[in-house]
Amino acid sequence: MSEHQAHEAHEEHTTHSQGFYLLIGAILLVLTATTVGAAFVNLGPFNPVVALLIATIKALLVVLFFMHVKGASEKLTGVVVLSGFFFLAILLALSLADYLTRSWR
Amino acid sequence: MQNSPAVDGQANLSVEHLEHVHNPALLHHFADAQQQKNAASLGMWLFLVTEIMFFGGMFCAYLIYRLAHFNAFAAGSQQLSIKLGAFNTAVLIISSVTVVLAVKAAEAGKRKLLVSYLVVTVLLGLTFLVVKGFEYREKFEKHHVPGSTFNFTDTFDDNGQKIPVNSKEAELFFSIYFVMTGMHALHMIIGCGLFTGLAILAWKGRYSPAYFTPIENGGLYWHLVDIIWIYLFPLLYLISRHS
Repeated sequence: MSEHQAHEAHEEHTTHSQGFYLLIGAILLVLTATTVGAAFVNLGPFNPVVALLIATIKALLVVLFFMHVKGASEKLTGVVVLSGFFFLAILLALSLADYLTRSWR
Repeated sequence: MQNSPAVDGQANLSVEHLEHVHNPALLHHFADAQQQKNAASLGMWLFLVTEIMFFGGMFCAYLIYRLAHFNAFAAGSQQLSIKLGAFNTAVLIISSVTVVLAVKAAEAGKRKLLVSYLVVTVLLGLTFLVVKGFEYREKFEKHHVPGSTFNFTDTFDDNGQKIPVNSKEAELFFSIYFVMTGMHALHMIIGCGLFTGLAILAWKGRYSPAYFTPIENGGLYWHLVDIIWIYLFPLLYLISRHS
């Protein structure tokens, strides 16, 4: 079956070209090498910040392009994804708001 | 999920044919195939959100204990192999690429290419698990597995300055290490089983450009497990290293 026919079978075509996926994969590998390299440089309190920033960029690339949240035909999917990370943020922020403010005891 | 008998027979129908007759993969309570696809994707994402919260609880525990026992966590983290961790990260990223290419092959109706990508994905997943196994073996040999034989005499190397740490606090680090990487490895094992099943069904011709939802949703699961590792790697292996 040719690609042309496959396209016609879908009203909405969500995948990207093979080259695009390979490019995203290459960027993810470069970011992995960057974060490993950064781990051996003493940045003081910024080591975890840099590591988590790079991890978040990698996670965003995977969610948006590999999991096709960007350009999804159903807008509700994006809302569900955001709500997941929103509740995770509540879990972490409120727990730390408690544990980090116990020093007065 | 969608394994109704009607689905089984549709694989060999051509696309032109599907446009004129009722699509056998389309369940009667959906208006059209696109709506059915969107519903399946939304349901999968709701499941993935529960997974994010499940691992989120463990990340939260890690964060709180790391802040409370910083030196011991740093000393424990310095015992992990960055080389093996980075190798496994690369393996998972490459497997995520083969997964999206599998979805693309399914969308284009290329059956053999789809099966190849699924098989390569499973092999990459198994590679990850084997490397993880070697890491675990090293932990057993060094008595870094929490329990009655746990023994931790290493110090926290704070840029050349050796700081002794409490062995009980280091045991806490390794407990969290084993629970988090163990749950992640369990998800990898489930993923490998899932993708083996998908590869067999794809080989039998179950999927067509009109219906490949299990490939797409299996892919979403695989990517999420990849994302969890993307966070586990820096948090467990990297952030206490330096010089």
